[in-house]
Amino acid sequence: MEHSHEPQVTVLPPNKEKIKKLWTVAGILGIITAIEFAIAFSVPHGTFKTFVFVVMTIVKAGYIVGEFMHLKYEAKVLFWSILIPMIFVVWMLVAFVYEGMKISDVHF
Amino acid sequence: MSHSSTAAVSDSEQDVWNGGVSPLNASYGKLMMWFFLLSDAFTFSGLLVTYGLVRSAHKAYDGAVEAFTFSHAYWPIPERVFDAVPFLHGVSLPLVFVGIMTFVLIMSSVTMVLAVEAGHRMDRAAVEKWMLWTILGGIAFLSCQAWEWTHFIFGTENGTTIKEIVNGEWITRTIYGASLVENQYGPADFADFFFFITGFHGFHVFSGVLLNFLIYYRTVTGMYDRRGHYEMVEKVGLYWHFVDLVWVFVFTFFYLV
Repeated sequence: MEHSHEPQVTVLPPNKEKIKKLWTVAGILGIITAIEFAIAFSVPHGTFKTFVFVVMTIVKAGYIVGEFMHLKYEAKVLFWSILIPMIFVVWMLVAFVYEGMKISDVHF
Repeated sequence: MSHSSTAAVSDSEQDVWNGGVSPLNASYGKLMMWFFLLSDAFTFSGLLVTYGLVRSAHKAYDGAVEAFTFSHAYWPIPERVFDAVPFLHGVSLPLVFVGIMTFVLIMSSVTMVLAVEAGHRMDRAAVEKWMLWTILGGIAFLSCQAWEWTHFIFGTENGTTIKEIVNGEWITRTIYGASLVENQYGPADFADFFFFITGFHGFHVFSGVLLNFLIYYRTVTGMYDRRGHYEMVEKVGLYWHFVDLVWVFVFTFFYLV
């Protein structure tokens, strides 16, 4: 009798809809990066420019974590247990940059 | 007798207490990967927050971008530091190379997610194909970073000439490139953060490539077919996307702002 160690594997056909969606997300990420690039050279340095960059970065991060890492479709408890700690980190960033600006005011 | 009834009870209890029910509807491995990534995000946040504090505590350059010159007196504008591209010596192409690196990393994230999708379908050939593209993307990114670091360390052709007091006398000295002690671009902290942040990220990419290769190898040898699922591709995929995610933040806060 023929004896094989290889298991029987059923390969399913590609999920066209899902793949199309992934490429769409990739396209969005590429376009946002291109726009960031354009802004870097056309908008003068300042608070407004920084604000725009931060917003675009958060949008990109949302797509990567939500779609690529699939967090959007995980259980809500998991979603929030990842997101809430990061909100505190954002606050830490804001607080320390503000602190740095005050140090700068004292020095210069 | 009581023996069989005990067995029946422990069987149903095993479902709940011994992994029969997945908390948060995620498998043990995926959940642990998420918690690891969260802690890793704290580490990177620590670096980026410190960078934000130190940079904003330094004097910012407030003149015209065209008139910018390197000086230790203020924090440099990143687009004037990172304006070199391989094979285009002497041409000022601000942020072009780092833009290419960003594109490479995003593309490798896409191929990774396609490998995960193929894994869900048990399609070994497709997993192999997309994992190979992901590995290539990772290696391409690391090669770009190697060039970028080399250029940063060796510096521009003319360097930056500074005046300083040594033993009570003013002397002029030219600094080329960067080390942890001093650099030609600006305050020492600037190069230090560059080395630490992009270095720590590059190390993550490097270990990601190793993990990706391991997954590729195990796919090729049919390990996941025998196991009956491709969940490892998914777990390492999470790590790989995280590396891409960190780069998105590094790109904004170190290169663009």
